[in-house]
Amino acid sequence: MGQLLCLLTALAFPLIFIATWNTTYPNANRFYAFMLLSQAGLMGVFLATDALLFYFFWELALIPAYFLCSTWGGEKRIAVTFKFFIYTFLGSLLMLVALIYIYFQTPGDHSFALKSFYELSLKPDQQSWLFWMLFIAFAIKMPLFPFHTWQPDTYEQSPTATTMVLSGIMVKMGVFAVIRWLAPIVPGGLWGWGDTVAFLSMVGMIYASLLAMQQDDMKRLIAYSSIAHIGLMNLAIFSTTNAGMQGVMIQMFNHGINIIGMWIVVEIIERKYHTRKMSELGGLAQKAPGLAILFVVIALANVALPLTNAFIGEFLMFTGVFTSNVSQFNYIYTVVAGISIILSAIYTLNMIQKVFFGNTNSVTAAATDIRPNEKWVLAVIVVLIIVLGVYPQPILNLTEGTVNSILSKMITKHP
Amino acid sequence: MNAIVLSAIWGVVMMFSGLFTSNKNIVRAVAIFGMALLFTVNLLDIYNVHLFKVNVHEMLVFENFGLLFNAVAFGATLVYFLLSGRDFEKVGNHFAEYFALIFFISCGISLVTSYNTLLMLFLGIEIISIPLYILTGSDKRNLKSNEASLKYLLMGAFSTGLMLMGIALIYGAKGSFFLHAISLGNEAINPLMGAGMLLLLFSMSFKVSAAPFHFWTPDVYDGAPTVFTSYMATVVKGAGFIAFIRLFQTGFGSMHPHWQLAVAIITASTLLFGNITAVFQQSVKRMLAYSSIAQAGFMLLAIVSLSQKGNEGLFFYTAAYSLATIGIFAVLLKMKDYTFEGFNGLAKRQPVLAATTTIFLLSLAGIPGTAGFMGKLYMLSAAVENGKVMWLVILAVLCAVISVYYYFRVIQAMYLRESQDATEIEVSPVFKGLLIATAVGIILLGLFPQWLIDTLYFFTI
Repeated sequence: MGQLLCLLTALAFPLIFIATWNTTYPNANRFYAFMLLSQAGLMGVFLATDALLFYFFWELALIPAYFLCSTWGGEKRIAVTFKFFIYTFLGSLLMLVALIYIYFQTPGDHSFALKSFYELSLKPDQQSWLFWMLFIAFAIKMPLFPFHTWQPDTYEQSPTATTMVLSGIMVKMGVFAVIRWLAPIVPGGLWGWGDTVAFLSMVGMIYASLLAMQQDDMKRLIAYSSIAHIGLMNLAIFSTTNAGMQGVMIQMFNHGINIIGMWIVVEIIERKYHTRKMSELGGLAQKAPGLAILFVVIALANVALPLTNAFIGEFLMFTGVFTSNVSQFNYIYTVVAGISIILSAIYTLNMIQKVFFGNTNSVTAAATDIRPNEKWVLAVIVVLIIVLGVYPQPILNLTEGTVNSILSKMITKHP
Repeated sequence: MNAIVLSAIWGVVMMFSGLFTSNKNIVRAVAIFGMALLFTVNLLDIYNVHLFKVNVHEMLVFENFGLLFNAVAFGATLVYFLLSGRDFEKVGNHFAEYFALIFFISCGISLVTSYNTLLMLFLGIEIISIPLYILTGSDKRNLKSNEASLKYLLMGAFSTGLMLMGIALIYGAKGSFFLHAISLGNEAINPLMGAGMLLLLFSMSFKVSAAPFHFWTPDVYDGAPTVFTSYMATVVKGAGFIAFIRLFQTGFGSMHPHWQLAVAIITASTLLFGNITAVFQQSVKRMLAYSSIAQAGFMLLAIVSLSQKGNEGLFFYTAAYSLATIGIFAVLLKMKDYTFEGFNGLAKRQPVLAATTTIFLLSLAGIPGTAGFMGKLYMLSAAVENGKVMWLVILAVLCAVISVYYYFRVIQAMYLRESQDATEIEVSPVFKGLLIATAVGIILLGLFPQWLIDTLYFFTI
């Protein structure tokens, strides 16, 4: 699992840099320094097998993100990124307390190692509150309803390259952490509170989808759609089935790729036409056919159309949720998740229609097609989308072992 | 013993140095040399080289913990002299006396880190306090400084009264001033003993500015010349904590279950009060005064939990907090405007100052990778290990989040806002170098905390 996400990180950063090649930043050297620092933090989070180290990298990824957003962001950046920072910092400190507490529960000479955390069997009431202390940290990062309020603002105000990192990779930290640092350590809490969390995920999915439909700003639309997708992943983790977990794994990777593709398109549009408002754009397909073709594929992947990579992930997650036996409401969850997919089709296709089709107007009349570097990056993403949509087996093989071992650890601790 | 004698001697030397030369550079050099010497002889003490042989009749006990705390205090004072020594001369004419007073305070610090009887505790606390009253009022023509000094004196005298009353009651209960005698036979709580302990708790809380005994702190810290606020808020506060934990560990350790809740409540109110009030401050100096109350709340966690980890944590926390705060105050002294707006656009005008201040602030906020984080980690670990005060741990964590708000306001002002006035801030390259060295020290301690913690176990006397 760590490998997969490191692969995503290592793949995403060059793509981001190449795609935003033509964007100029004041103090570009510092900008790239912070970007690479956050990459180091992200890699560390995915690789750490020691709780303290994990916490260290968790924060290390956050600090550069704070400076990136607050220095190079939009006009409301200071207040917005402050909110983002305080939110996530609150979560991480609660997590720290929980990790310290677990540390003192380890036998003998206490240890922060992941292995000794896994071997630990905690009492049900301890698991119950430890679960929330850890889960709030991860839920803020994901973000899960109702901890999501920092997210649309931050995505909107950040420079787009940073938004790509935030939404493509950093939100995966939350999902990843639930799988590695929460589920096998406090499975009792996970089962006990599963329905509550699943309900929150459901509310979040529908709520975010409905909000996404109302947005005129493309960045905010994608931000809300991201909340909806993450909600589904969270639901699938809490189903604790093999298929669901596998779906989450592959979907983490896919969602990372797809959403970065979406942001790249937004970045291109914003740089060319100086607006992200869908109502001000239109008819781009006539002027920039290359961009339109590539974007339509990415957008369809966002809707999880068959043959795209997201279909595989979402199909597996649906199977997982549907066949799950931890909750008696699994049918309801599946239906609601299905509705959120339909809603996502509505807002995504609506966006394509407004931006790319229809008549050109004064803003888009003088449009030209995209540059080669942008075209190549988007082409790579599209190829990945289709290849993984047709042949996802390599990734599934890669994560199979992890999924099995995590599920077996959870089952051995079942009361 | 080395440190006690030498600091007293050097205090006298400093007083006379002002008489024989009016060259301020020489006076400052003598002071820096003296502090370095003090640091060295204290280390010699740790290595079992005793320059002075005095029979103290067991009223003082020199242990690793106390001596190493001395080393931290003298080290921090040395850094403070190097960074802010030049700013002493802006306060008033009696340049050498200020140094002398700080040496006398150092003498008091070495007493409170090694006392074994309540008498010595009282003596040490008074030796620390009286020079501080003078330093607070040293800006003689400034009404605020005078007010602060008077306030401090009155409140300080009151708390000293409480302390003496407490000591008297405890003497009545146990018939001895010695800590080990006090610690015996406390299975059933004796009313005299209980009252005495409470009075001592109150007076010590006053000295470390814990709520609800903190009301003097913001006014005194704000009124005192900034250069002395820096010293008061760091080294002196740390010494107060060492005295506090020594008393409650050695003296009242056996009664821990009885007083734990009382101290926990004091801690909780200190954390809440310090952090919430700091949020509303407009002046960075006043914000730092409240933040020092808030940080005291974190240090109190060591006393609540009373464990090995707590001791290590307090030791480390004091070092981390002192270094960072001394650094910030040194930068603050160079600023003309103490409000948050005064820091606007500092990153453009003085990138080095802004970058180092950022590191100091991150350390105070407890961001991983800095010494402040390790300090907080130790404190939280100690409290979690104790297990009875989980509510306090959660509260402390929430307060740490609040603290991020006011520390980051300074960072935002420096980096993200534009400055109105373009007046140059003049700093020497040496000053910049020292600031960078301090910041690097903080980061190194954050990455390799064992360098400092291991010294606690490495030396044997």
